[in-house]
Amino acid sequence: MAKRIDATDVTAYYGGFKAIENINLTVEPKTVTALIGPSGCGKSTFLRSINRMHEVLPGARVEGSLTIDGQDVYDRDVDVTAVRRMIGMVFQRPNPFPTMSIFENVVAGLRLNGVRKKSILDEAAEKALRAANLWDEVKDRLGKPGAGLSGGQQQRLCIARTIAVEPQVVLMDEPCSALDPISTLAIEDLMFQLKDKFTIIIVTHNMQQAARVSDRTAFFSIEKTGDPGRLIEYDNTQKIFSNPSQKKTEDYITGRFG
Amino acid sequence: MGETPHRSAHAGTGGHAVTQGHERSAGASARVAEAPVSTRTPHDDDHGLGGGGGLPRARAFGAERAFRGVTLAAGVTVLVVIAAIAVFLVAKAVPALRANSANFWTFEGWFPNDDPPTFGIGALAFGTLLTALLALLVAVPVALGIALYLSHYAPRRLGTALGFVIDLLAAVPSVVFGLWGRDYLVGPVADLSAWLNQYFGWIPIFGDGPYGNSILLGSLVLAIMVLPIITSLSREVFLQTPTANEEAAIALGATRWEMLRTAVLPYGRPGIIAAVMLGLGRALGETIALALTLGSTYAISFNILANGGNSIAANIANRFAEANETGRGALIASGLVLFAITLVVNITARAIIYRRREFTESAA
Amino acid sequence: MTTTLTPRRSRPPAQPDSLRAKRLPGYAAPALAVLALLVSAGLVYGVDLGGPVLVVVLGALLYLAGLFAAANAVEGRRSARNRFWSALIHSALVLAVLPLASVVWTLFSKGTARLDGDFFGSSMNNIGARDANGGAYHAIVGTLEQVGIATAITVPLGVLCAIYIVEYGRGRFAFTIRFFVDVMTGIPSIVTGLFVLAFWVLIVSPWFNDGQPGFSGFAAALALSVLMLPTVVRSTEEMLRLVPAPLREGAYALGVPKWKTILRVVLPTALPGIVTGIMLSIARAAGETAPVLLVAGGGAAINFNPFENNQSSLALFVYQQAGEASKYSPARAWTAALTLVVLVLVLTVAAKLLARRNRLGR
Repeated sequence: MAKRIDATDVTAYYGGFKAIENINLTVEPKTVTALIGPSGCGKSTFLRSINRMHEVLPGARVEGSLTIDGQDVYDRDVDVTAVRRMIGMVFQRPNPFPTMSIFENVVAGLRLNGVRKKSILDEAAEKALRAANLWDEVKDRLGKPGAGLSGGQQQRLCIARTIAVEPQVVLMDEPCSALDPISTLAIEDLMFQLKDKFTIIIVTHNMQQAARVSDRTAFFSIEKTGDPGRLIEYDNTQKIFSNPSQKKTEDYITGRFG
Repeated sequence: MGETPHRSAHAGTGGHAVTQGHERSAGASARVAEAPVSTRTPHDDDHGLGGGGGLPRARAFGAERAFRGVTLAAGVTVLVVIAAIAVFLVAKAVPALRANSANFWTFEGWFPNDDPPTFGIGALAFGTLLTALLALLVAVPVALGIALYLSHYAPRRLGTALGFVIDLLAAVPSVVFGLWGRDYLVGPVADLSAWLNQYFGWIPIFGDGPYGNSILLGSLVLAIMVLPIITSLSREVFLQTPTANEEAAIALGATRWEMLRTAVLPYGRPGIIAAVMLGLGRALGETIALALTLGSTYAISFNILANGGNSIAANIANRFAEANETGRGALIASGLVLFAITLVVNITARAIIYRRREFTESAA
Repeated sequence: MTTTLTPRRSRPPAQPDSLRAKRLPGYAAPALAVLALLVSAGLVYGVDLGGPVLVVVLGALLYLAGLFAAANAVEGRRSARNRFWSALIHSALVLAVLPLASVVWTLFSKGTARLDGDFFGSSMNNIGARDANGGAYHAIVGTLEQVGIATAITVPLGVLCAIYIVEYGRGRFAFTIRFFVDVMTGIPSIVTGLFVLAFWVLIVSPWFNDGQPGFSGFAAALALSVLMLPTVVRSTEEMLRLVPAPLREGAYALGVPKWKTILRVVLPTALPGIVTGIMLSIARAAGETAPVLLVAGGGAAINFNPFENNQSSLALFVYQQAGEASKYSPARAWTAALTLVVLVLVLTVAAKLLARRNRLGR
């Protein structure tokens, strides 16, 4: 299920602006990797270039090589939609489809892939919702609009929608930044469980969260505004937070910078 | 209208207060910061003698009430106008309908100036609906296509520029489209009619000629006229789709079309319905473009190729000049029917939009 | 229906076997297009079905079908659908550009023929069927006066009505007013013309016109203002709702009474948007023909007095010249149409530019 990701010299641009430069990092299967760093350091850009969401923005492009189990996702004959099915993504703000019910939201990805049979969809929806710890809360109102749930529930619904297509990798872009502490806790718990099946990469501003949920942590930073973001240090989470090898990392996690 | 003189006393005080407010604000640089001085003072004058403790009481008559009254009067005016439209149209239509010696609903012809007058709405209402529906049949798919192109396919700059041009075309008066249709489209449409009749003549709607000012020509002119309107409105709707929803679909591995199907089109559905209904309203009520392009006959015929066709609005424009007292009444009666048709269309549209609201409103 | 195409492996039904996908080569689409055109040409001329237009139309249909089939065979159903709809959407653009471009082209090429001083400086008074000159001065005067009066009536009424709906109105009554404003939006212009005809021209005006129905520019202005009113109310309403609540609350918290808050805080903030809405409604009213035809009566001579005797307007002038038998009248009609379009477009462009600078935005 879970797959390994290798980034080699990944550089990403927004038009003429270079957002990240020469990122090299390897993510092992079935781990949680946290990307931390000050605002504008390019960690979200890097995350979005893994499943080729970066290039959705006009003028944006990526150089370098990014492989998933040895297959470069930027190869010329690669199908972009296949990449995104294999690498799921959860966004900063919960974004359930407003016109769809809870059930329709969860199975949206499957329906796109031509799955029409009610029994398969029912089964997949229950499985995904259970995996997202949401089943008990919504099982009686699957036909109600997804937008009617609370923020935390909506975000778990989005996670269920992402894992319903059973991707290999799940990317999370600050999934808790719009949520209250209790919902945040629920999602962090969920990440522990999902780790058994998926490779998870999470961008977070919250260093306690990075320390709590991740196995490995990558610290990104920029010299000054307008410079491209660079990977400063990448190591076991425990090492990063207790004994970082770079001065910049230490300054950041102790709050002296950023 | 009857309300207006009654309210004029309030309107006077309201107007006075308005000018006062403006005079003060003209001198002040920070509007809000200066405001309390000018408003607290009268309160202190009124209640300062009351001796301390109590809060100032609300005044029974003052600028607040007057202003509120003036705005209320304006609101009531809308109701009065609507009521007046219905009342006066009915008042003028009824005598003509009484005088009519033919069946108003079924008689195919329009001779209100004769003695006894005979006229019927059937063929006109039929022509109105037929031209409008044909026009929408042509215009809606094309308009939605262009709107999607402008919002989601075109490069951003091109999309904005073309969108602007479409907005401008939506503002072009209908008389211009009518003139163009009568002078230039008539030739190609006659050729097309002949061709359709030759190869598809076995379908009843593609009947024999003569070809020229036909239902087809009128519908096509209407279609070209409402196209920019529907495009402009639905483009705006499509652009309002939250980026987050589009990205959610893309991140699930959707192709561009699937993204449009899952995120953009469902989100925009009420807006699309509203746009189409507005287009339908325009097409039903369009006068001049059809007066210039239809053949003005009074028979119900499904042959859309042959010279002929008519609509309620076009008939009013064409026959107004020669109408006598009964003739005017007859035209007003036909206008009343048109009013009723557009009313039904409008209310239906609102009902549809309202029903869809449960899902879309909670989204915002 | 598509389940047969994606043979279901035991579990993850949505997961691809490989990231790689077979693609149609880049030359496939243009090659298909050429092929489709050739086949279509062969078919049309071979069986003698029609001319070059049919070749293009049939070619386009063949291209769409061929593209879908080819993509379906090589890239799969999903990609084929994507390509098919993309091609369809692009062809909608081409389909619509042709007639619209023709309208614009005709307007400019025909409209410039009579673009001279005489056209803007004289009326149609005493111009016979054989006279090449004659102009639209009287019509321009009519349009400006009628639209001006209509604006003067509509703007205060519309803005106040919107203020009532947004700021004061509550419950059923405000809802009723809103509903009927919506209903008014859908009233066809010819019906407003008939209304003013029945109410003003035939019933009210005879009182001070020796019992004769009084067609006048003012009657046209009344009809136009009935048309403009709902547009002004709705756009003002929308703009007032966009004014952020904290701005109001800030003023209330300082003890400013509500009416003063509305006039001095809310309205100035919403003003650019309101003006945009008003200008767009003016542009629409200026282009209306039907109501003017019914209640202003038309007329060939210059009449500066909107309250007495017949007046014309640019739009009506176009319609009347279009119906004339003289060989000189089409040129006059097109020039008047061009003038009218320029007037309307200037208003529209100004309104859009103003909207772009609007701080409230959308």
